[in-house]
Amino acid sequence: MNPQLLLNVTIFLPLAGVITLLFFPKEKEQLIKIWALFISLVTFLLSVPLFCSFRSGVSDIQFETLAVWIPAIGANYRVGLDGISILLYMLTAFMIPIAILASFHAITYRVKEYMITFLFLETGMLGVFSALDLVLFYIFWEAMLIPMYLIIGIWGGPRRIYAAIKFVIYTMVGSALMLAAILYLYFLNHNFTGIYTFDILKMYQLSIPFGKQVWLFLAFALAFAIKVPLFPLHTWLPDAHVEAPTAGSIILAAVLLKMGTYGFLRFNLPIFPEASLYFTQLFFILAVIGILYGALVSMVQDDIKKLVAYSSVAHLGFVMLGIFAMTVQGLQGGILQMINHGLSTGALFLAVGMIYERRHTRLIEDFGGISKSMPIFASLFLIVCLSSLGLPGTNGFVGEFLILVGTFMVNKTFAVLGTAGIIIAAVYLLWMYKRMMFGTITHEENRKLVDLDLREVVALISITIFIFWIGIYPSTFTQKTEASVNHLIQRVKKAQVNLQLENRVLDFKSFLSFLADDNKQAGGK
Amino acid sequence: MISVNLQTSDFLGILPHLVLSVFGILMLGLGVFIPKSKHKWLAYIGLFGIILGAAGNVLLWGQNYSAFGEMVRVDQLSIILNFIFLTTAAFSLLLTINYSEFVELEFIEFIPLVLLATTGMMLMASAGHLMIIFLGLETMSIALYVMAGFRRDNKYSLEAALKYFLLGAFATGFLLYGIALIYGVVGSADLKAIMEYFTKNSLDANVLSLIGLGLLIVGFGFKVALVPFHMWTPDVYQGSPMPVTAYMAVGAKAAGFAAILRVFIQSANFISFQWADIFWILAVLTMTVGNVMALVQDDIKRMLAYSSIAHAGYLLVGVVSANDLTIPSVVFYLLVYLFMNMGAFAVAELVGSKEEKKTKINYFHGLGYSNPFIGLVMAVCMFSLAGFPPAAGFIGKFYLFSSAMQSGYLWLVIIGVINSVISVYYYLRIVVAMYMYKPEEGAEKIEIMAGTRLVLLLSILSILYLGVLPNTFLKLFYLF
Repeated sequence: MNPQLLLNVTIFLPLAGVITLLFFPKEKEQLIKIWALFISLVTFLLSVPLFCSFRSGVSDIQFETLAVWIPAIGANYRVGLDGISILLYMLTAFMIPIAILASFHAITYRVKEYMITFLFLETGMLGVFSALDLVLFYIFWEAMLIPMYLIIGIWGGPRRIYAAIKFVIYTMVGSALMLAAILYLYFLNHNFTGIYTFDILKMYQLSIPFGKQVWLFLAFALAFAIKVPLFPLHTWLPDAHVEAPTAGSIILAAVLLKMGTYGFLRFNLPIFPEASLYFTQLFFILAVIGILYGALVSMVQDDIKKLVAYSSVAHLGFVMLGIFAMTVQGLQGGILQMINHGLSTGALFLAVGMIYERRHTRLIEDFGGISKSMPIFASLFLIVCLSSLGLPGTNGFVGEFLILVGTFMVNKTFAVLGTAGIIIAAVYLLWMYKRMMFGTITHEENRKLVDLDLREVVALISITIFIFWIGIYPSTFTQKTEASVNHLIQRVKKAQVNLQLENRVLDFKSFLSFLADDNKQAGGK
Repeated sequence: MISVNLQTSDFLGILPHLVLSVFGILMLGLGVFIPKSKHKWLAYIGLFGIILGAAGNVLLWGQNYSAFGEMVRVDQLSIILNFIFLTTAAFSLLLTINYSEFVELEFIEFIPLVLLATTGMMLMASAGHLMIIFLGLETMSIALYVMAGFRRDNKYSLEAALKYFLLGAFATGFLLYGIALIYGVVGSADLKAIMEYFTKNSLDANVLSLIGLGLLIVGFGFKVALVPFHMWTPDVYQGSPMPVTAYMAVGAKAAGFAAILRVFIQSANFISFQWADIFWILAVLTMTVGNVMALVQDDIKRMLAYSSIAHAGYLLVGVVSANDLTIPSVVFYLLVYLFMNMGAFAVAELVGSKEEKKTKINYFHGLGYSNPFIGLVMAVCMFSLAGFPPAAGFIGKFYLFSSAMQSGYLWLVIIGVINSVISVYYYLRIVVAMYMYKPEEGAEKIEIMAGTRLVLLLSILSILYLGVLPNTFLKLFYLF
């Protein structure tokens, strides 16, 4: 089948699923669940040929579709995938069926609305990764907030309303400034080229003066840094993760967080390369703080979900480190680690959800010796934990190793600090695992726990397969990203050559000059 | 003496206005002959009149001329705005029919008032002369004063009417004095002549013209509830009967902005450097005060009142830009605003039920579950008002902010988007109430009459359609 058509079909198939679900009577819960699972599985299966027909060694956008949408403002429906987005696209299509599988027993209230919201979310996420037009991207980006907000707020834990509102407002603040930046970029492009367009690829060709670049970079970076989440903008994450239902946490961790890092790769680095180089130190510092802080805080958590939430901060710190290293290894490692984190942390939340369904508690002290009553769970959970801490042979190792090599080439101090993060990761994960799984059974309830059923085993094993595949033979995946990564690095290197890094300081003067620029016609503010 | 040769094209140019005003006056008499029990028919006849008016409007499509010797403009702007007013009136009438189930209403007086107020609004949109603007403004306002106080047994309604009338009279006084001063300076109150005069002579040349324009801004500012002329809005919106509030919130605001567009944008490059500053300040104040005050409201009508103040602020951002995107973005936003607000007010009316007792937000608890359709419409309207894609509110705000950005108003756009984020909190609070709380004990299924169902359906469909495929409408506006 035509890959372009496949791309559009997979983006909108979940939306079609939403519309069909509207007609299901809400009592037929089992049917609704199966149908939603079916739709998401079909979406995933249809995206596999996309992955296979994706040509490695090509850095251009593939499967591009262009349709005229709002010519009045120059926004078009343009979607396509390149090395940076193909893996994330696949990850999304893969994790949604798993998350839906996980919801089968967890969601007993308003199942129909839940599945509708979930599929709507899937379309939003697939759209974000494939959009090549700024307006289209922004629409998908914001449109994703509503279903996530509903999922946390309706089906979440006790403090769900607080967590949901915090999540929405926090994210929207960033996105709001990004909207202003998008508009500014749009008119800047018109100034330079005389064309009104929101096409992202056209933006890549702009050479924006340094002063403006800095502020545009920061506006976009704020939106993405909140999503990543980069320290210190991470405070929404623990609340959102803890209060969300299991499947919500899985998707939040596996996909939504990646949108932040994806944004950096898609927008900040290519469109504002000089500014990216200028801010490298800052992002290194924040990333490393995130790694160490996230890891240390995870160590002292009693609630497993909060532990995994903070570990996400740490893991994504690694990804940010790799991205801003701007070396082949760093970037490849960063992209791969995005996928790895999605798989490992998604699986962690999945496992936590399974055990929560049985015991209705997430406190580590309520467990102990579970491996005796749930051996299958214990083995799979061990694999997932080891993957999260980066044991060689698992996916985590490949990603983290590439990132650290890439960073080491640029800045040895930060690489060493990052490595320390891995050690602390081992501490909190293994210690948590020991307290929960090994030893004697301290609580009587744990003796009678039922081990995983087929549905749960299938969900975990699907992820485990990829854990080992990426860990042992990652080049299936890294091949696809290599060309785009090299292309991106070339662009940044060119900027490094062009840029005379006068020691500009972000002060009030440069800010004023940014305001009083020649973009204004009416002379107003 | 001005000698004007009246031709048929002149009268054809005001066909919609004529149809509506004739219907309005006829209905006053007609009501006497219809027995009290069948008075609801008057509403349907009124609707019929509106449809006839819309047909008249369609006849004028594509025309571009001045009628009555430059006094009335018949162009794309007036035609599209006329459609907006007619739709507002039609929706309000449908809401009124439902409202009469909850509260006793005198249709015999109410329907003509709506029709005549709409005529006034349409006049304001078709004006080519300051006196026509004044004429339309007064026709609309006086009808609205009466409609605000229509529930004579309710003290809040009477308070609303009195407040609106007193403050409105003062505002009209300001407006008239401003018109007089401008006339004194320019020698004519014709908008074209004013434009020519001020293109040749600078605005600051004559103090009188400055004062005149300032007074005009005060007058219009009151009508569209700009800060600091907004004090009347929450009380008047809260006290008026629900359909009247809906009608005022959309129609009066649209009419006010139509007049602002005619006077300040179309007829002149009035927004020279200094005047842009004033509108800038007003826009920022209006957005911010509107949004911040709405955060603390617990009554849905007051919240929607402050929300409409905030939206006037966003519209003013579009006016500030004064470039070729201004008129399309403002009119498009008014269209989107029409559907968002009508949907929200329709739901508020249904939830408010008998005697409008249930207008506090806690009556919305669990609405998404006890009445799924109503809850869905309200949720979509709230998301649209907050500016979430893919609802039309996002495209509207996007368009307004682009027009501001094109003229270089970076900070205004930043303040605008931050205000949008602030507004998310109080709009989402309704969604939270509807979906994240269980319905109260004994929450009944609300009966929706056919007319209201139509309003709800059209609102939600239009919001989603304009949000995903706005181009059909955006194209229309490029005929200006």
